[in-house]
Amino acid sequence: MDKNQRSGTANRKISKTIIYIVCIFLAVLSILPFWIMFVNATRSTPEIQNGLSLLPSTHMMSNLRVLLDKSFDPLQGFLNSFIISSSATLCTVYFSSLAAYGLVTYSWKLRSSFFTFIMCVMMIPSQASAIGFYQFMYKLHWTNSFLPLILPAIAAPAVVFFMRQYLLATLSMEIVEASRVDGSGEFSTFNRIILPLMMPAVATQAIFAFVANWNNLFMPLILLTQKEKYTMPIMVSLLRGDIYKTEFGSIYMGLALTALPLFVVYFLLSRYIIVGVALGGVKE
Amino acid sequence: MRRKGVNYSKYGYIFTFPFVLAFLIFSLYPILYTAFIGFTDMQGLIPKTIHILDDPFKNFKDLLFENASFRKSLLNTGLLWIVNFIPQMVLALLLTAWFTNRRLNIRGQGAFKVLLYMPNIITASTIAVLFSTLFAYPMGPVNSLFHMLGWSDAPIFFLQDKTTARGIVAFIQFWMWYGNTMIILIAGVMGINPALFESAAIDGANGFQTFFRITLPSLRTILLFTLITSMVGGLTMFDIPQLFLAGGPDDSTLTTSMFIYGQAFKGSYMYNRAAAASMMMFVIAAALSGMLFYLMRDRDAAKLKKAEKAEKMNNRKAAAQAAVKEG
Repeated sequence: MDKNQRSGTANRKISKTIIYIVCIFLAVLSILPFWIMFVNATRSTPEIQNGLSLLPSTHMMSNLRVLLDKSFDPLQGFLNSFIISSSATLCTVYFSSLAAYGLVTYSWKLRSSFFTFIMCVMMIPSQASAIGFYQFMYKLHWTNSFLPLILPAIAAPAVVFFMRQYLLATLSMEIVEASRVDGSGEFSTFNRIILPLMMPAVATQAIFAFVANWNNLFMPLILLTQKEKYTMPIMVSLLRGDIYKTEFGSIYMGLALTALPLFVVYFLLSRYIIVGVALGGVKE
Repeated sequence: MRRKGVNYSKYGYIFTFPFVLAFLIFSLYPILYTAFIGFTDMQGLIPKTIHILDDPFKNFKDLLFENASFRKSLLNTGLLWIVNFIPQMVLALLLTAWFTNRRLNIRGQGAFKVLLYMPNIITASTIAVLFSTLFAYPMGPVNSLFHMLGWSDAPIFFLQDKTTARGIVAFIQFWMWYGNTMIILIAGVMGINPALFESAAIDGANGFQTFFRITLPSLRTILLFTLITSMVGGLTMFDIPQLFLAGGPDDSTLTTSMFIYGQAFKGSYMYNRAAAASMMMFVIAAALSGMLFYLMRDRDAAKLKKAEKAEKMNNRKAAAQAAVKEG
């Protein structure tokens, strides 16, 4: 009996060691490509072609100079991406919360059909309507404008779904009733009382909406053709062009610059992001 | 002053109105318009009057029966999805089993989750270009690494071989998404009634038995959800293959989204053909969503069963406890 138990703990120790090794390997696998990217952004092209190194070198500024010489304007790209992503995020979270509140609080004839409708359109890929969308925007002369990248964010079915679940779990009708008694209109009740109550859910969804818009390539690539309108992901595609064929140092520099803001955001907010991913998956 | 009997129901319509309006303008109309374009002769850069074709389904038929490139793109999309999804699911399940096993009590889970999820948040375009640069020929970091470790004698031209190119695209997708799947699955396991695990432990179930008999069946809904959202996501795969190799070598990493993009926006302006391809993609996505919808409806029945099972387990547990006390 004693022997059995001892071999059991020994087994567990072995399997725990294996698990830690696998996990550490996977963690290294997550970090290594980005590590090489940041390190190589500071190394000269000959150094990079000479072999792998995990320690930074001293050519950061020269790489940056080569990069900026070739009409790569990360600040403009950053600004464009920021304008699009933040406006789209505001649209998404505000109007989705509003719609979810409308769904939960009021009883109206089409309520359940509206909910079914949201469930149905939740998974329509934007690529499926891209051709019609482009032609439509072309006729409106809205290509090379940020509006077609921002306004569609008002209708975000998955976010409405999430907000509805959140409200169902947290909202008590007494708050709404009380504010009505105090003479508050329905809109100001929502803006002043309900929206602040929804902040945890709003923050989570805002992070994901922002990142999704920031990383979006397909729609901006179709709609934006003027260089000064390019977003970050389109600028990345420029790095694949012929002008950078041999300038490895500056390619890594450009990649590092486009990824850096996301790393900063991720390490500041990773706790909330992980919780958000977990919540998003448990759709019950 | 309290007004009784005010009818608030109109606010339901008012509050959902912006959503509905934006949806009608920016989603429904473009989809219908895309479908319409699919039946017409809309081609070329300069807008001109378009006509519905004599045989309205000509674009669809051409794509399915005569366009080898389109069929290849469908095949590639499916292949790339399967090759990334199966290992992704296996690894995510394995990590879930490890991280949620109380007896093992793995430390540093928070840090592991943060690191394994990290690739998912970085711009896919950046990752695609990064990997194509890492696999550069003749001297790139991966070739250097292989040389250092003695795995290869001569530099390997990874990006010119169909199999390795496809393999790398599938690997990037796998690498970006397994952390996400793992976190969702762990959350799912946390949602399982702990009494189930306790009674299994009392019944003397080992780790494998607990995982296959309790964890997996309880995760059924979440697994289905992950499967189908991943399928729809895989169907629209664009950023990684587009910026990694732009479909090459020899169209081996050309996906359906890239086909649509290429037909309409890369100089050939075949809007009608691209629209027909989009519609086929839409039909597949709709079928998948319909499937999910149908399977999720089944949930109540499943819940009942689960409750029954839990009760049985509880009874057994109670009996076991009683037995222990008596003994």
